[in-house]
Amino acid sequence: MFLIHCPYCGEREQSEFKAGGEAHIVRPKQPTELSDDQWAEYLFMRKNIKGVQFERWVHAHGCRKWFNMVRDTSNDEIKAIYKMGEKPPTKYK
Amino acid sequence: MKNKYSIISLIKNSFSYHENWQKAWGDPEPKKEYDIVIIGGGGHGLATAYYLAKKHDMKNIAVVEKGWIGGGNTGRNTTIIRSNYLWDASAGLYDHALKIWENLSQELNYNVMFSQRGVMNLAHNLQDVRDLKRRTHANRLNGIDAVYLNTEQVKKFCPIINTSPDIRYPVLGGTLQRRAGTARHDAVAWGYARGADEMGVDIIQNCEVKGIKRSGNNLDGIETTKGFIKTKKIGVVAAGHSSVIANMAGLRLPLESKPLQALVSEPVKPIIDTVVMSNAVHAYVSQSDKGELVIGAGTDDYVSYSQKGSHDIVEGTLNAILELYPIFSRMRMLRQWGGIVDICPDASPIISKTPIKGLYFNCGWGTGGFKATPGSGDLFAHTIANDEPHKLNAAFNLNRFVSGDLVDEHGAAAVAH
Repeated sequence: MFLIHCPYCGEREQSEFKAGGEAHIVRPKQPTELSDDQWAEYLFMRKNIKGVQFERWVHAHGCRKWFNMVRDTSNDEIKAIYKMGEKPPTKYK
Repeated sequence: MKNKYSIISLIKNSFSYHENWQKAWGDPEPKKEYDIVIIGGGGHGLATAYYLAKKHDMKNIAVVEKGWIGGGNTGRNTTIIRSNYLWDASAGLYDHALKIWENLSQELNYNVMFSQRGVMNLAHNLQDVRDLKRRTHANRLNGIDAVYLNTEQVKKFCPIINTSPDIRYPVLGGTLQRRAGTARHDAVAWGYARGADEMGVDIIQNCEVKGIKRSGNNLDGIETTKGFIKTKKIGVVAAGHSSVIANMAGLRLPLESKPLQALVSEPVKPIIDTVVMSNAVHAYVSQSDKGELVIGAGTDDYVSYSQKGSHDIVEGTLNAILELYPIFSRMRMLRQWGGIVDICPDASPIISKTPIKGLYFNCGWGTGGFKATPGSGDLFAHTIANDEPHKLNAAFNLNRFVSGDLVDEHGAAAVAH
């Protein structure tokens, strides 16, 4: 359990939120052109990083808006939060 | 040779106040080179090494473990063993394991305290009832024992369950697999470690893998905290850390690692002589031989390697437990912990070759790997030794995420795993 600072509502308990998995996975522009390998990569393969990871979260029991989070998965420390469409902070790359 | 454990050896050792028991396994320094290195000294990894040595006559095997053996998920689960899975592939896999469990203590000469006390899965809504009946039929077609129980039969089998129609999620029925049950989780790791050690497997503890070296598509060896170990074949059985190891080899896996929690109560006299699982309200409970209630909770929905879980997950589970078992309302919980489970998109494991020659993965067991320990080790050993999967684990290959031939047990098993 940890606290999350929703960019729209402010600080709330993590149980109000739902994790949406790895962020910045781009939907294929031309799905008909994709091979089975590329589909597998897009649909299933994940970085699943131990350390600093970029994720999507949604304030499910609040404003229901999606946003991005940079979080250290080894100790659950949140490094940064930024809105959808914003550029990810470069210092965690 | 290991001395045989028996009533005679117990009496003999009592004369020396049990201070001179032979060491169950050694503490060797890694050799420069091994034919096969198993990464991960949990139950699955040790079982793999054991069967490689025993059934495939492999020599020069090492198991490297970053902590101590059985200190990961092997010692953190709720020890439930069952094989009542829906799909044919899963039924084959898990029942293979269950058959080995039935004779494991004798085979290892190590009491793994396997207890076939039965596992009951509860239905709380109409869809549960339909799913569980369907699964019962599927199980019986696959030769797996399964019966469907109505509410009265559930109450008769486990009288402390609240079967009143007034509760939030009333018990509408359930399934029972009588051959299912529990085992002592630590003993499984220790038994396999002792057996593997006897056949010359080096069990190297406190040895963390830091990198995998390869030239082209061939493996050179592994970098560890105890130096470089040369090897051509690597079997990875690293549970929650599978993606970390895969990353070292430049391989991508379809896994997400999440905390799964369990907790035990203070010890009490025998009160529940079976295992009861409920998927709909996500609560399962059994009682250990020490008398503690062993309670399994759910996973958090975010990726984490912290071995901690959220409090609200435990709270939700205990709410459900109290509604189903009002008799536990004054029980105090003694310990709570988390383990990191690697979950596949289809909730089925991967026991597979990889695109890299000599690199094999046994992962993705998610929340339900303990029950499969002996079968998983046996089939993974077969896969490594022959460079081909056994027919029982052929469906559980890594390529299924490309072909789309998934083994979707997420909802299908109708249980919390």
